[in-house]
Amino acid sequence: MKSIRSIILHGLMIVLAIMTLIPGLWMVSASFMPAGEASTFPPTLVPSSISFEHYETLFTRLEIGKYFVNSVILSVVITLISLFFNSMAGYAFAKYRFAGRDRMFRLLIAEMVIPAQVTTLPLFLMLNKVGLVNTYFGVIVAGMATIYGIFLIRQFALSIPDSLIEAARMDGASEFKIYWSVILPLCRPILVTLAIFTFLGTWNDFFWPLIVLTDDSMYTLPVALAILSGEHVQDTELMMAGAVLTVLPVLLVFLALQKYYIQGIMIGSVKG
Amino acid sequence: MSALSAFEAMSNTFYFVLVGGPLSVTVSLVMALLVNSKLVRFQSFFRTVYFVPVVTTLVAVAVVWRFLYHPRFGLLNYALSWFGINPVDWLGDPTWAMPAIILLSVWKGFGYNMIIFVAGLQSIPAELYEASRIDGAGGWQQFKSITLPLVVPTTFFVGVITMINNVQLFAEPYVMTQGGPANSTLSVVLLMYQQGFRWWNMGYSAAIAFVLFAIILAGALVQSWVQKKHSLA
Repeated sequence: MKSIRSIILHGLMIVLAIMTLIPGLWMVSASFMPAGEASTFPPTLVPSSISFEHYETLFTRLEIGKYFVNSVILSVVITLISLFFNSMAGYAFAKYRFAGRDRMFRLLIAEMVIPAQVTTLPLFLMLNKVGLVNTYFGVIVAGMATIYGIFLIRQFALSIPDSLIEAARMDGASEFKIYWSVILPLCRPILVTLAIFTFLGTWNDFFWPLIVLTDDSMYTLPVALAILSGEHVQDTELMMAGAVLTVLPVLLVFLALQKYYIQGIMIGSVKG
Repeated sequence: MSALSAFEAMSNTFYFVLVGGPLSVTVSLVMALLVNSKLVRFQSFFRTVYFVPVVTTLVAVAVVWRFLYHPRFGLLNYALSWFGINPVDWLGDPTWAMPAIILLSVWKGFGYNMIIFVAGLQSIPAELYEASRIDGAGGWQQFKSITLPLVVPTTFFVGVITMINNVQLFAEPYVMTQGGPANSTLSVVLLMYQQGFRWWNMGYSAAIAFVLFAIILAGALVQSWVQKKHSLA
């Protein structure tokens, strides 16, 4: 009885897993099909012959390498800068005593409800005034610190014993030195988690770069893919190759570091 | 034109939030129960597989699904044809375009909520199940009297973040339908984008952003009020 139920359950889980993976598998498969093969009836699931022509077209005629590099640079830079600011702020909220600290923190938490889209317009107008529209710095500036990041670091830093900080202070370490050589090493696990979150989030972000970057040589990969897919509606295989290139980096990062990623979600969900 | 399309955008977004949200939360809970079941081996493998759509790039996913939904060559209609269902023009038919986007968003997002539900389920003390088993409670009885009540707080949390996410619907209609057909997938954020950044009607766009904020705030307040009421009861 129990084993029959177990077999049914596993069968169900496998079917659901296949359903979850099918769009991705088909994307990879179609990206290697000769042009036109994905638009046949009945649909072909496996390419009749492996063809790299679409990847070639993407890198030569459509210069997708440029967008790829833009995305890599922006994601890495934003990740590093925001780790720096978030960790300083999170540490300060956890360990410094200053007037209005708790009230400020509660205000920050309440602001998490305001979605990025709502603040996009005023942010755009402000950046326009200071001439940062259509610059990479305009993309970076919006991601330099995040409430969620500050929150994660603070929760983690709360568990660091005050005596460690006091001891370093006694030894004459400067405040920055304490942050850099005592706090940061102790926060390593949460920093890794936050780094993955930020990298994936920045890489996948579409709305903000779409708005801030107007010059098409500056596009990030998702923006370029969205624009290209509007111009190449019929070129299914070509677009699948573009989608593969867009998804592959984040997928690899996730698979390599998924333990930290999943942990981050669980920490975030345990009561803000 | 503006007033009418704003109304349409609003009702489309509500449709997406009110149908897509509860559907996504339900699917996530069911998947969490499956993944967390004691009978299942390779739990972490299945968890990872179900989670993969969450980390993928939404734009790329929308590009792929646009072809999966193709009325003649798409895999979905092909699979449905095995069951004798006639081809549906998913993204070309005003009735089906929004359900198609909902299906995509449930697929893309359920893994995230599933992980949060798994964390919630694992925090339920095992003694409760043991005690109820000694008292002779069956699987369904346990689910109804222990699991479900104790997973309610998690459900509220998941419900709020899902709502906030869903109100911001943008990339899917931008890539797949441009808000069509017949404005059936025009979302509030898409309208805000079109008005603000395509036609440079900044004031109108700002007004939409403000309404969006009011909706989210109201939604969050209602959910926290219900939650408080529930925890008092």
